[in-house]
Amino acid sequence: MAFEGLADRLQGTIKKITGKGKVSEQDVKEMTREVRLALLEADVNFKVVKQLIARIKERAVGQEVMESLTPGQQVIKVVKDELTNLMGGEQSKIAVADRPPTVIMMVGLQGAGKTTTTGKLANHLRKKHNRNPLLVACDIYRPAAIKQLETLGTQLDMPVFSLGTEANPVDITKQAIAKAKEDHNDYVIIDTAGRLHVDENLMEELQQIKADVKPDEIFLVVDSMTGQDAVNVAESFNEQLDITGVVLTKLDGDTRGGAALSIKAVTDKPIKFAGMGEKLDQLEAFHPERMASRILGMGDVLSLIEKAQTNVDEKQAKELEEKMRTMSFTFDDFLEQMGQVRQMGPLDDLMAMIPGANKMKGLKNAQLDESQLTEVEAIIQSMTKKERQDPAIINGSRRKRIAKGSGTSVAAVNRLLKQFSEMKKMMKQMTNMQKGKKGKGGFKFPFM
Amino acid sequence: MGFMDKLKQRFKQDEETKEVSEKYQEGMTKTRNTFSGKINDLIARYRKVDEDFFEELEEVLITADVGVSTVMDLVEELKMEVKRQKIKDSSEIKDVISEKLVEIYYGEEDKSIQHLQLDGEGLQVILVVGVNGAGKTTSIGKLAHQLKADGKNVILAAGDTFRAGAIEQLEVWGERANVPVIKHSEGSDPAAVIYDGIKAAQSRQADVLICDTAGRLQNKVNLMNELAKVKRVIEREIPGAPHEVLLVLDATTGQNALTQARTFSEATDVTGIVLTKLDGTAKGGIVLAIRNELQIPVKFVGLGEGIDDLRKFDADAFVYGLFADLGINEEKEEGE
Ligand SMILES: Nc1nc2c(ncn2[C@@H]2O[C@H](COP(=O)(O)OP(=O)(O)OP(=O)(O)O)[C@@H](O)[C@H]2O)c(=O)[nH]1
Ligand SMILES: Nc1nc2c(ncn2[C@@H]2O[C@H](COP(=O)(O)OP(=O)(O)OP(=O)(O)O)[C@@H](O)[C@H]2O)c(=O)[nH]1
Ligand SMILES: [Mg+2]
Ligand SMILES: [Mg+2]
Repeated sequence: MAFEGLADRLQGTIKKITGKGKVSEQDVKEMTREVRLALLEADVNFKVVKQLIARIKERAVGQEVMESLTPGQQVIKVVKDELTNLMGGEQSKIAVADRPPTVIMMVGLQGAGKTTTTGKLANHLRKKHNRNPLLVACDIYRPAAIKQLETLGTQLDMPVFSLGTEANPVDITKQAIAKAKEDHNDYVIIDTAGRLHVDENLMEELQQIKADVKPDEIFLVVDSMTGQDAVNVAESFNEQLDITGVVLTKLDGDTRGGAALSIKAVTDKPIKFAGMGEKLDQLEAFHPERMASRILGMGDVLSLIEKAQTNVDEKQAKELEEKMRTMSFTFDDFLEQMGQVRQMGPLDDLMAMIPGANKMKGLKNAQLDESQLTEVEAIIQSMTKKERQDPAIINGSRRKRIAKGSGTSVAAVNRLLKQFSEMKKMMKQMTNMQKGKKGKGGFKFPFM
Repeated sequence: MGFMDKLKQRFKQDEETKEVSEKYQEGMTKTRNTFSGKINDLIARYRKVDEDFFEELEEVLITADVGVSTVMDLVEELKMEVKRQKIKDSSEIKDVISEKLVEIYYGEEDKSIQHLQLDGEGLQVILVVGVNGAGKTTSIGKLAHQLKADGKNVILAAGDTFRAGAIEQLEVWGERANVPVIKHSEGSDPAAVIYDGIKAAQSRQADVLICDTAGRLQNKVNLMNELAKVKRVIEREIPGAPHEVLLVLDATTGQNALTQARTFSEATDVTGIVLTKLDGTAKGGIVLAIRNELQIPVKFVGLGEGIDDLRKFDADAFVYGLFADLGINEEKEEGE
């Protein structure tokens, strides 16, 4: 029961008020109780939850139930709007210094993702802004921290500045900036050691670096799985360093990520980027609205849709959507899709973004291994044209023939056929959700 | 005699336990400050045990990451206990709270499985798993050092072939703990490294092989399958192995830690938890949630980045650490 989304939680209360014209105070009270629990389970800080609930109550009581929305949707909308407001608009801009180099300093707790994000940001600056960054290895404490950054530098083919583990971090940064000027690097990204916000000595080290090099940006890197303590961490780093922005990492996981709300609430600094994987191109602009639905347990449908949009050709996508909806999707389409799906990134990343995908029957055990794709391809290629168009005709003897032709087993063929039909069902659901959005605003989930 | 007195007496008894509890207290200063400090404050402000009192207690527990459902259960039980014992005054409830907490920490289980089970015949294998950045590699370094100090012959296998610098990081820990590290190059098959680790450990007649693995988020099906495969390789080579599968959890993690514990257990039959970074967090409440909802014992806690900063988990010491403030206050009251 642990990770029910808000929509699930509200179900009971919603049933009671369906058909009423107004949301009464008692309704709101019951619902805000559920909202409170949902937010707490999502790791939003206790105090932040309290403030939010007060505002939500104020806004929700006495509202007319809008025609286009069910009362449940309406409450979720109010909650989601509040959450989105709190988190502010999208802000993935990075400062540019009047005189180069622009200096960015990465700070945060141990293991949050600073070094990896340093590499990702450098990659982002080069790819999106045509910049030429220098990476600086200032973590003299953690074993092989310098080596880690150097490896990333090699992977990116970018310079990394280090003075080994004996030099002090203030000297390292000073010399690095001089070197950047010499070599015409327009950005300098400083990777610092992980430290506890309560470690006075190490926090002072950061203050010294800051005083000395006056960075244009100080990014606090925070693990999105962080619990209630996120407020203390963020507050403390912000008080001592006056950070300029936040990067939230490991959002490719299944955490609700309530820490995002807490951090924004206590620091009022923008969350600029989201880390979406371990690879250096897996950094995205942070989307407050999506984060709001995620915290509420509504899945990251938008991310998925956007991802599909950037990778799938517009016209093809239209055709596909039509096919999905009418269920006329065939194995030929499937084969063609597999090529495009592969370009979209690892399959389980995609699956993780579909709300409830892990609960869906048949999908739970779906083989998402990339190597399985090759097997799938072989099986489809062993089907006749007719079989691909109309899988229903594939009987026992056809299955045997296909298994033989593809060098697989009848069990493998059966599995694929079953998954294919599950997939068609799911596609239909997904396209309906997309449609719902375009139409009235707000997703139409079956339970709302 | 009150519950805290009993605990205190137990700690006065032997010096070794005392040392352990001091280390806990030192490592958990912040934990204690907020947690029991808040409970003290609560008790001071509320003379009476009423609904408001329980509501605030709920808050204190939730801010310690105990988790909503565990908190609800706990508060419900406390309410019943208060009714049963006819407690009215808030000072009397202190004992009841700490007793309930210890109850959750211990559960019903056999206390012996709270520590590593490495007494079998032949090579003992420990597989270490967990999400990215939790503290796996560091904990392996610390553990190797401890086992070595106990006279064991230890070998490490660098099963994280993915993350930049991961192999070198384990090598540094190998040097610090003075134990050999078996490695392949970056990007190679982790199962092959572990296989070689087993062969090397067998031929060198090592007592313990500790296998590092790459960090992975539990919702990545591919990566979890890869981990299950590594475990199968170990099982195939040595019947009964791995003898321990340790899940490393970052103590600052919120409710996701429960999902981590569940999913990693499904993939690899976790036998124990290493709770790291307890020196930094103001919490530790996640231990309560894990103990309440899953049957996996916490075996070690990480209290810093140094080689000596790994401690056996001791529920008594842990609770004593949490409640040391309460103890001190009691003494003051007695002196007045
Ligand atoms: N899945 C996922 N993993 C990430 C992400 N960002 C970082 N990681 C992983 O998290 C772990 C820790 O990342 P690092 O970059 O070493 O973290 P750090 O903050 O530099 O750590 P310290 O220097 O030890 O404080 C590594 O395994 C990274 O690959 C992300 O967005 N998604
Ligand atoms: N304060 C503190 N830091 C710790 C503790 N344990 C580990 N760390 C730090 O946490 C960071 C990550 O530790 P690692 O051992 O690299 O974590 P990991 O799980 O191996 O990380 P990946 O292999 O990248 O998934 C490092 O900076 C460690 O020094 C602890 O108990 N306390
Ligand atoms: Mg680092
Ligand atoms: Mg590691």
